[in-house]
Amino acid sequence: MGLDRRNFIKIAGLSTLGLAGKPAVDAIARIRLPEEAPLTAKRWAMVIDLRKCRENPDCNEACIHACHKVHNVPDFKNPKDEIKWIWEERFEHAFHDQSQEYADESHRELPALVLCNHCDDPPCVRVCPTEATWKRDEDGVVMMDWHRCIGCRYCLAACPYGARSFNWRDPRPFIEEIEPDFPTRMRGVVEKCTFCEERLARGEMPACVEACDAGALTFGDLEDPESRVRELLRTHFTIRRKPGLGTQPSVYYII
Amino acid sequence: MFDGWKIIVGLIIFITLATVPFWYDAAAGKGTDAPDIRIETKDVPGRDQCVMPAEYMRSDHMELLNEWRDQVVRGNQRVHVTADGRKYSRSLTNTCLDCHSNKDTFCDRCHDYMSVKPYCWECHLEPEVMK
Amino acid sequence: MLEKALSGSRGYWIWLAVLVGIIFIGFLFWLKQFHQGLMITGLSRDVSWGFYIAQFTFLVGVAASAVMVVLPYYLHNYRAFGKVVILGEFLAIPSVIMCMTFIFVDMGQPFRILNVFIHPTPHSMMFWDTVALGGYLLLNLLIGWTTLGAERKSIPPPKWIKPFIIISIPWAVSIHTVTAFLYAGLAARPFWMTAVLAPRFLASAFSSGPALLILLILLLRKLTDFDAGREPVQKLAVIAAYAMSVNVFLILMEVFTALYSGIPEHSIHLKYMFVGIEGNMALVPWMWLSSILAVFTLLLIIPPKTRRNEAVLAVACVTLFLSIWIDKGMGMIVAGYVPNPLGEVTQYFPTVPELLISLMVYAVGALIITVLYKVALSVRASVA
Repeated sequence: MGLDRRNFIKIAGLSTLGLAGKPAVDAIARIRLPEEAPLTAKRWAMVIDLRKCRENPDCNEACIHACHKVHNVPDFKNPKDEIKWIWEERFEHAFHDQSQEYADESHRELPALVLCNHCDDPPCVRVCPTEATWKRDEDGVVMMDWHRCIGCRYCLAACPYGARSFNWRDPRPFIEEIEPDFPTRMRGVVEKCTFCEERLARGEMPACVEACDAGALTFGDLEDPESRVRELLRTHFTIRRKPGLGTQPSVYYII
Repeated sequence: MFDGWKIIVGLIIFITLATVPFWYDAAAGKGTDAPDIRIETKDVPGRDQCVMPAEYMRSDHMELLNEWRDQVVRGNQRVHVTADGRKYSRSLTNTCLDCHSNKDTFCDRCHDYMSVKPYCWECHLEPEVMK
Repeated sequence: MLEKALSGSRGYWIWLAVLVGIIFIGFLFWLKQFHQGLMITGLSRDVSWGFYIAQFTFLVGVAASAVMVVLPYYLHNYRAFGKVVILGEFLAIPSVIMCMTFIFVDMGQPFRILNVFIHPTPHSMMFWDTVALGGYLLLNLLIGWTTLGAERKSIPPPKWIKPFIIISIPWAVSIHTVTAFLYAGLAARPFWMTAVLAPRFLASAFSSGPALLILLILLLRKLTDFDAGREPVQKLAVIAAYAMSVNVFLILMEVFTALYSGIPEHSIHLKYMFVGIEGNMALVPWMWLSSILAVFTLLLIIPPKTRRNEAVLAVACVTLFLSIWIDKGMGMIVAGYVPNPLGEVTQYFPTVPELLISLMVYAVGALIITVLYKVALSVRASVA
């Protein structure tokens, strides 16, 4: 069964890539390698082109769903218990300090995709008393260890982007369709986006990037001058959320 | 000795209470017989040996699982190489349970008998759910 | 010495029974919380710390305030505190234990709490706070027990205890400073990110703690044969008056900086506390009550004439304590979360189970302080 499943994933992964149009993928050639060949970078980063998001208004839903499905993120249908890894936020909230009242309403209400920024200097990592969350040296991904988290929620207080969620209750009954290859969480631990580190290890792009038909999400190595993210950052004016705090987010936005 | 009888009665009550589990099991007819464990595994091609010698696995499988957990989650080191050079993915659900697919007889019976409650399955998915 | 707690009046035993009853009920709710998760509280993704952590913060202050009797007595040889210094130390012990219990009940995975020591993380302020609180508890247990033991034998305390007493003074200051650092170092929460937070915490601690101690001394005078006398009460009242003045002064500093600079991220939280945002005004009545009580307290406790009247002083101590309890135990923590870093307003209301669990923790504290005071006073009585 295991071998079958593994093969199935390999084949399914490749075929969705083939079907998904042209996801903005840096190392497209490496993806075809078997799962022993992971995707690696010195520093992973993402560029989100909000213009493309605006042109394809139904598209955000698809990439949010793709992420939440493969990671067994529950849907409680109430804001109090809510858990989210990537979600839509109105521009005036996502860029709280860069909104102005005379902007066109559609601009202020423009839905912006937000997720963990995988900061260079993450405040959540600084405050965690058990190193249950930490920044991976080799590629800058801000990780979570659900085996070690004590549920103190200090990281929720410290994150300036509201990117972290806490399991106020047992999430399993609220997961529509359980993805067997990824663990669920237990009540009492914190979770967030991990840049799909488990998929990178298999040589796959993050689920949201893969699901984005509009090519609005670009994922790649910030330290590689030839990478597609570097090219986008070179050729476009981009902004980041709350740059004044010195956290150095790895998620950039083209407006 | 002052109040000697009080001390003795107190001791008797204490010892009785402290040994309640034994009396309870004896009364319920549950002996201390060893559990009926089935260690036969599914026949997976190319997987006729475990990742470590059986002796080691019997006594230290929990240590190995903890090591694997930390190596994968915290070290991003996902491949286990055995002494004779075989390679395995460090995964409880994908590697261990691939062969030992009879979780209820292979894992649970002994854990129940020893009253060990590993919390792996609160998050990782049991084979039943996976099927 | 603990055997002194085993004989007492009928009232003593009834009081203990009531406390045990409250603890039992609260414990049942904690079991519910343990099994179902923190969903039974009013906490949410946006307001992720609430009543528990606020009580913790407040009680760190009460614990630290023991230094206000220890310091004058041991450093300045202020003899009038001779009778009350043990009461201060024995107030610190249950306070720290309550702090730890509040942290424990706030954890999502309480039985993993030892991870803080298994994986010590010096860059986390929470690690240092754990170290500071644990050390302070040990210090007070050691000092209180040793000095009381010496008193029972009518001999002076052993010489080796003196260094521990001296260390306990800066240590007391450190516990509340590090607790302020938990909050003051977070760029995500501008409301807490102020250099004046630690001084403010200390000022509110050094006023609410002595106020509570005065009330306890007056209560003991009513309920028992123990009379600490007039002088230590008056001295504590002066300390509380100064500290409360500094506390109110520091709050006004915060208000000035936030409002005059006009930076929205700083002023919006004050706005939420005192006028509400878009009709969300959960804290508004409480914050005004706290402010009015603070002014009222100052009017009673600063003029020597009213302060010297013990009945008036008792009222002032109650209002002082309430004012600071509302400020730290309700406003301080929650207001930092409203609005959230994205400018959205989610309000927080503690739930009944949450309040009953909190009541349990307070009952644990009351139980411990009752037993400790009982021991201390019995030793006193047997020596005299």
